[in-house]
Amino acid sequence: MNGIWVPLWLSLKVAGWATVLATVSGIAIAWGLSRWSSRWCDVVDAFLTLPMVLPPTVTGYYLLVLFGRRGWLGEWLQSHGIELVFTWQGAVVAAAVVAFPMVLKAARAAFLDVDHRLEQAAAVLGVPPTAVFFRVSLPLAMRGILAGILLAFARALGEFGATLMVAGNIPGRTQTLSIAIYEAVQAGNDDTANTLVLVTSATCVAILCLASWLVPSGRSGRRGRSSRRSAS
Amino acid sequence: MSLLVDIECRLGGDDDGFLLRPRWRTDARRVALFGPSGSGKSLTMQAIAGLLRPDRGRIEVAGRVLFDSETDVDVPPRDRRLAYLFQDYALFPHLTVRQNIGFGLRRGWLNLHGRRDLPEQAQRWVQAFGLVTLLDRYPAELSGGQRQRVALARALSTDPGLLLLDEPLSALDAGLKARMRDELAQLQRDIDIPTVLITHDLADVRVLADEVFHIAHGEIQGQAEQVVQA
Repeated sequence: MNGIWVPLWLSLKVAGWATVLATVSGIAIAWGLSRWSSRWCDVVDAFLTLPMVLPPTVTGYYLLVLFGRRGWLGEWLQSHGIELVFTWQGAVVAAAVVAFPMVLKAARAAFLDVDHRLEQAAAVLGVPPTAVFFRVSLPLAMRGILAGILLAFARALGEFGATLMVAGNIPGRTQTLSIAIYEAVQAGNDDTANTLVLVTSATCVAILCLASWLVPSGRSGRRGRSSRRSAS
Repeated sequence: MSLLVDIECRLGGDDDGFLLRPRWRTDARRVALFGPSGSGKSLTMQAIAGLLRPDRGRIEVAGRVLFDSETDVDVPPRDRRLAYLFQDYALFPHLTVRQNIGFGLRRGWLNLHGRRDLPEQAQRWVQAFGLVTLLDRYPAELSGGQRQRVALARALSTDPGLLLLDEPLSALDAGLKARMRDELAQLQRDIDIPTVLITHDLADVRVLADEVFHIAHGEIQGQAEQVVQA
């Protein structure tokens, strides 16, 4: 049983942290892009969406070049005692980079969808820009952003290629569910593979259920109920 | 109150764009900008509120310079101490009436908490507009007239120096329109705050303004008498 729980826990831990990183940076950058009207916006957007389009191994290779021992950022991080290659933190970075475009895309669309006049109304009422973001823009965009966060978590949980490139395959340390499945199949351990696949599927179904409970569909939401009440 | 608007602002391309160049000055307490849609009256209003930045010119409200391209003054909207009643009221759909009205009285990162009492200066307007029983509702649950009252209460709670009314009655049906027009006129008598109204309805002008400027093609064409005769 130990052989299942360790990779499951590691997968959830890595996907969870990766989702946090992708969510914070995705929302911040999407907000910046929605404020900044320039033709460069789409170039920046396309560049940041690359991890979604590139083969994960290519993303992983770039990350290795960046964060490896002789890497551009790796050397600097190492001088601060942070090692990303072959660690679970490295797996978090890989999964976050791959999951990040999901949040970015969803948040950018959600922010563009917020009625600009509500933000203007808030500004005229004397509220500073940061407060307008937290009190008007973010809550109104939240439904769309949550959908993106969910996709990001799913993508991070299923991440394989980039994680393997950066964090390797060290049982108990960097061997996540999807990597453990690959290894079990390669080694001919069909029983282990079957169990891991079932556990992964069950986890994904559980997350979907949790998500549909957290993000109610438009019609059953609070505003939907209230408009019915006013009609009576 | 004195109001001076002398701005120039080009929107869109050089050839097919729109040139906004309103120039007017008034000392009247109730002013109307009258013109058809597309005449630039909403844009002028946005420039006064600081939501549109003119290319050059000067905006002055009661002696206070809000914008001046010469001296590089551009007071941000939040510091202009103006109230802006948007055409569709722009109430925050995710907040209750209470949270909407108290919105401008909190500068922090969080909205007014659920059932907490409204600050004093907002209470006054809740009473004045008869909104006490509606405080826990959401904007989607309100009628057109109620929405306008909530929007007014929200705008006036911040103790503004000037009230901007952007087609305040156009979102209402005919019967309600006449009633809310009288209510606005009553409000103008009760409060000491000068108003600038923009409208394309002459009935609004007659009831809600002492001085009228006619605007067309982005420029002020003339004053009241000409408009009424036309």
